[in-house]
Amino acid sequence: MQKPRLVQGNQAVAEAAIAAGCRFFGGYPITPSTEIAEFMAEQLPLYGGKFIQMEDEIASMGAILGASLAGEKVLTATSGPGFSLMQELIGYAAMAEIPSVIANVQRFGPSTGRPTSPAQGDVMQARWGTHGDHGVIALSPASVEECFTVTLKAFDFAEKFRMPIILLLDEIIGHMRERVELPEQHEITSIYRKQPTVAEDRFMPYQPDEDEVPPMPPFGAGYRYHVTGLSHGHNGLPSESPEVARKLLARLHEKISRSHEEITLYEEHFTHDAEYIVIAYGGTARSALAAVKTARKLGINVGLLKLITIWPFPYHIVERCTRFAKKVIVPELNYGQLVGEVIKACGESMVFPINRFDGEIMSPERILVQLKAVARR
Amino acid sequence: MELEKYLRRTALPHIWCPGCGNGIIAAAICRAIDKKALDPLKTVIVSGIGCSSRMVGYMNFNTVHTAHGRALTFATGVKLASPELNVIVVMGDGDGTAIGGNHFIHAARRNIDLTTVVINNNIYGMTGGQYSPTTPTGAKATTAPYGNIERDFDITKLAIAAGASYVARATAFHTVLATDLIAKGIENKGFSVIEVISQCPIYYGRKNKLGSASKMLEGQRDNAVMVKAAERMTPEQLQGKYLIGELYNNPAPEYTAEYQKIIDLASGKGGK
Repeated sequence: MQKPRLVQGNQAVAEAAIAAGCRFFGGYPITPSTEIAEFMAEQLPLYGGKFIQMEDEIASMGAILGASLAGEKVLTATSGPGFSLMQELIGYAAMAEIPSVIANVQRFGPSTGRPTSPAQGDVMQARWGTHGDHGVIALSPASVEECFTVTLKAFDFAEKFRMPIILLLDEIIGHMRERVELPEQHEITSIYRKQPTVAEDRFMPYQPDEDEVPPMPPFGAGYRYHVTGLSHGHNGLPSESPEVARKLLARLHEKISRSHEEITLYEEHFTHDAEYIVIAYGGTARSALAAVKTARKLGINVGLLKLITIWPFPYHIVERCTRFAKKVIVPELNYGQLVGEVIKACGESMVFPINRFDGEIMSPERILVQLKAVARR
Repeated sequence: MELEKYLRRTALPHIWCPGCGNGIIAAAICRAIDKKALDPLKTVIVSGIGCSSRMVGYMNFNTVHTAHGRALTFATGVKLASPELNVIVVMGDGDGTAIGGNHFIHAARRNIDLTTVVINNNIYGMTGGQYSPTTPTGAKATTAPYGNIERDFDITKLAIAAGASYVARATAFHTVLATDLIAKGIENKGFSVIEVISQCPIYYGRKNKLGSASKMLEGQRDNAVMVKAAERMTPEQLQGKYLIGELYNNPAPEYTAEYQKIIDLASGKGGK
């Protein structure tokens, strides 16, 4: 382990990216994510890596996807409005199966909103922001240390499943500084995309292995192939066949769903005997844990399910965790987004949302008041 | 010359209409690659979306058919990540100068080593004949049924103003010239733009009563003037004509080479 340091959440994302082997960053400045770009601009050249500030967020996505095709592990970082511009090529990355990591440090919106204030308003944008139908992996860290460990996971998932991975921070987590002990480089193992084992003349670029993921050689390594956003067969060439389209689309979902256990990251606190379960993620999960601890002291049997993987939504974990609960409380910094998925898992009568949507943090007191009220009923 | 080795037989036949200029220009690009003896394994061809952008699917290199207007952003990422690769970009007029216009000027400004062939047929062909930024004022299109009131871009002037270090123009009729200019663009270490005027007899030609594909090719022959020849012509004689040949050649610091200096500088300061 490294010596203890005071590190900012955004910086931890950037440090983890480099530790994971990311050697290309393309981005556009936007509050509250800009520290990630600044750190990468300074650090990447030291490792022979490349940083480029593009003309907008669309171009940033295009640049990282091009670099990924050339064989690099790649990162971009943004916030809500920039995340919207990236959606077009996030769809391309899903369809053409290009490993990439996109950090969205959420701020209050819509539109310019309160650019330096936190929110969790892009939860559904992370799931459904791009066009068409496809699987998504979105991860939401709740501490500076998790910014580091979850970013490492994001790169592993991107490389393993050949897809864009969304790192969903909020301004609280992105700008917070905490004392952390991060692992040394030699303590970190990371995955690189599978390489083909056949010669070029027998190589089918989009023929999946048993895990539903095709190998991906970098451009220039001796395998010429075609990459397109059009529906394509195993040979990578455009196809009009409904059968080819159906199989491709199913695979984009199933390569994720078949590995849901590996993908689902979460923590349970005091859930074993809990009558009440709080489900929270990101910055809000910190306040939720504080509230749960205080409530326990007051004799309320409450536990916390902290979700790190929010997409694919872990319905099975939520169901198991809330099976014997009387009520489920879902605090979020939005008008109500992930709570809809909790309702799908637990039923509407079970669920109490707590929503704050003014750009301020969810205080532990606010959650505690609601916990007391629910427990009194 | 044997062109077939540069084509993907399994991807053919192509989707283009009879009389389209895209095939002629695809051949010119292949000939230029052959002339420069580029290693196909180390050559990447990137395109956007539109009729001309479908070209890369037929070409046996490392090829990316990206999203509408975004070819240059992907190409920038490929080239910066792996400067040893030869990167060629194929775009249409709407693709490259409308939806991709911002990327176009910024790639030119950076002078990144990409050879960009903009195929200009004055129309959106794939969607059935809507006006583009290069549809001449007064010309008709399905979305300009009463005539286009917008002014058209001169792609080469746009490229020069934005900082491209090599800019040239040819036509589908002047295919030998097109091959030479693309080869020179490949040779230039920087952002090169070769506009190739092409014909869309099905949408642009029919809507504007320009006749058959061969009539439109004859129009290219008659309206294009070589840069050298134009020097001896009066403004009256040049009325309604456009220049072809090398329009600008002014080498400038190239982006990926400049970035390598940053890496050297940073590592000199105690790199890892």
